[in-house]
Amino acid sequence: METTTPVDNGVNVDALLEAREALSEAPEAAQFQWRATCEWIKGTHSRSTVEGFFGLGEEQQHKSRFTFEADHPEVFASEDHGATPVELVLAGLASCLTAGVASVAQMRDIQLRSVSATLEGGMDIQGILGIDSDVRNGFDGIKVTYDIDADATPEEIRAVVAQSQKRSAVYDVITNPTNVSVEVK
Amino acid sequence: MRTTTVIIGAGHAGLAMSRCLADRSIDHVVLERREVANSWKTERWDSLRLLTPNWQSRLPGFGYEGDDPDGYRDMPETIAFIERYAEVISAPVETHTTVTSVRSVDEGYEVTTDRGVWSARTVVIASGACNLPNVPALADLVPPEIATLPALEYCNPDQLDEGGVMVVGASATGTQIAAEIHRSGRPVTISVGEHVRVPRVYRGVDIKWWMDRCGVLDEHYTEYDNLERVRNLPSPQLAGSDDRRTVDLNSLTDIDVKLIGRLAGINNGNAQFSGSLPNQCELSDLKMNRLLDRIDEWATENGLDETVEPPHRFEPTKFEASPPLSLDLTSGEIRTIVWATGFRPDHSWLDVPVFDRKGRIRHDGGVVEAPGLYLMGIPFLRRRKSSLIDGAGDDARDLSAHLASFLTGDGYAPQSTKT
Repeated sequence: METTTPVDNGVNVDALLEAREALSEAPEAAQFQWRATCEWIKGTHSRSTVEGFFGLGEEQQHKSRFTFEADHPEVFASEDHGATPVELVLAGLASCLTAGVASVAQMRDIQLRSVSATLEGGMDIQGILGIDSDVRNGFDGIKVTYDIDADATPEEIRAVVAQSQKRSAVYDVITNPTNVSVEVK
Repeated sequence: MRTTTVIIGAGHAGLAMSRCLADRSIDHVVLERREVANSWKTERWDSLRLLTPNWQSRLPGFGYEGDDPDGYRDMPETIAFIERYAEVISAPVETHTTVTSVRSVDEGYEVTTDRGVWSARTVVIASGACNLPNVPALADLVPPEIATLPALEYCNPDQLDEGGVMVVGASATGTQIAAEIHRSGRPVTISVGEHVRVPRVYRGVDIKWWMDRCGVLDEHYTEYDNLERVRNLPSPQLAGSDDRRTVDLNSLTDIDVKLIGRLAGINNGNAQFSGSLPNQCELSDLKMNRLLDRIDEWATENGLDETVEPPHRFEPTKFEASPPLSLDLTSGEIRTIVWATGFRPDHSWLDVPVFDRKGRIRHDGGVVEAPGLYLMGIPFLRRRKSSLIDGAGDDARDLSAHLASFLTGDGYAPQSTKT
């Protein structure tokens, strides 16, 4: 479909393509480390903070410090000061895929008008409560539903969403195993 | 011994280059570690047939002469075809001559073999793309009681113990081997990552005919921004058979082969699979449909709609709603793992610093950055069809022209233009 104005989803594709070019020549600069810290407040309430990370060969800083409140809802006998950690996981997946949708659409010259995602993660809490050891703690599956209004055919939109999954870090984190080491100082 | 060009490898690619050099009266020799068409003789499974129809194996000065242009050669026929080509073009092949080293010298290259040393101004590497299996590192974590073998060592199901088999990889190799093993009575689970789905026949006509005619196979490497990606695509899920059946994932599900996600890890004997199977299937279904759209457009533009069957679409890939994410490899359910995880070339004898950080030869459409050194017969070398026998001709024509102008000192022929 034709648009009269250049496609602009607010993604700087040229910069991304340049970065891909530059980093394939200098793979060591592609080594990033993401960090978060977390302070216990009270009960199940905690506050996580992100600020610095490492990448492109040096320490980097977000423009400001971001904090995330996490707690559990009252049905867990908690005070509900913030999102449940598993909801933050859903939020992370949604944001990662949605950023991908915007970038891939920009790359493919598709103008987006609106993108909304709904995420549902099923969980049998017999796992976390230790009632049944055959039940896993985590989600038994995650369903993501996109509603996208764009200058593109339904097939093109599906292809953008599929490509976004293929390139998504959080999708990878969730769909593939990751070694996790937890130490105590 | 001295010659102008040494071609390493007497398969279809090396022979096509030999013919093109002969046409230009360029003195050369083809060095072959064993016999003509060696890889086809020794490194293919028994039932394999070419994925391309007989008519499509067109080599410079040679083509199919039989009465079954739409059939698919089995291995003995493929070997006979390539041997016959070597004869017809009187290729100067030195068989049983293994190259042990190629190094740069002032006048070009010194090629050391187990039967003497050759000096040449130019060298063409045509030793194949599938010399070594690409087995993932996690293969080391497979419990010892499970037999494992790379697809390169697979001949037929009789080699395998009775019991369940996991085939890792869903390319042409993985899907064909999975179907064959499953039919032998050994229940197969196939681990599916990125894959390329195509039907064998579309609108009554072989998919390769469509891809040939509508220009897909001629797509030039300079048209792609991300060559790395297209050069590493798995081979399309195709097989050659008398009934021209499709070997996509649905055909495997129909015979009760189990689909499972990409093998992502092995932890204490427990195989872990990616939860990405739905997206892998979606990606390949969408990609197949884009190809079919392109074919339909081309058919309409060329007035074929009345002569072939009407357009249609295939059922989306079926998979379980919640495919298993793990499998206990110590339970006895799986007795054998076949790694159909791809191949890579063996250029370990090349002592010229032309390798990238992943050990692959750096080249621009087969022109290696060391002057006078050329590469043939790897996926998407210059065109989508470069991995096919049918692609060797155009690649050899282009690269022999470049090589000839290099020899006469005319400078380099323009590389990054479509010819």
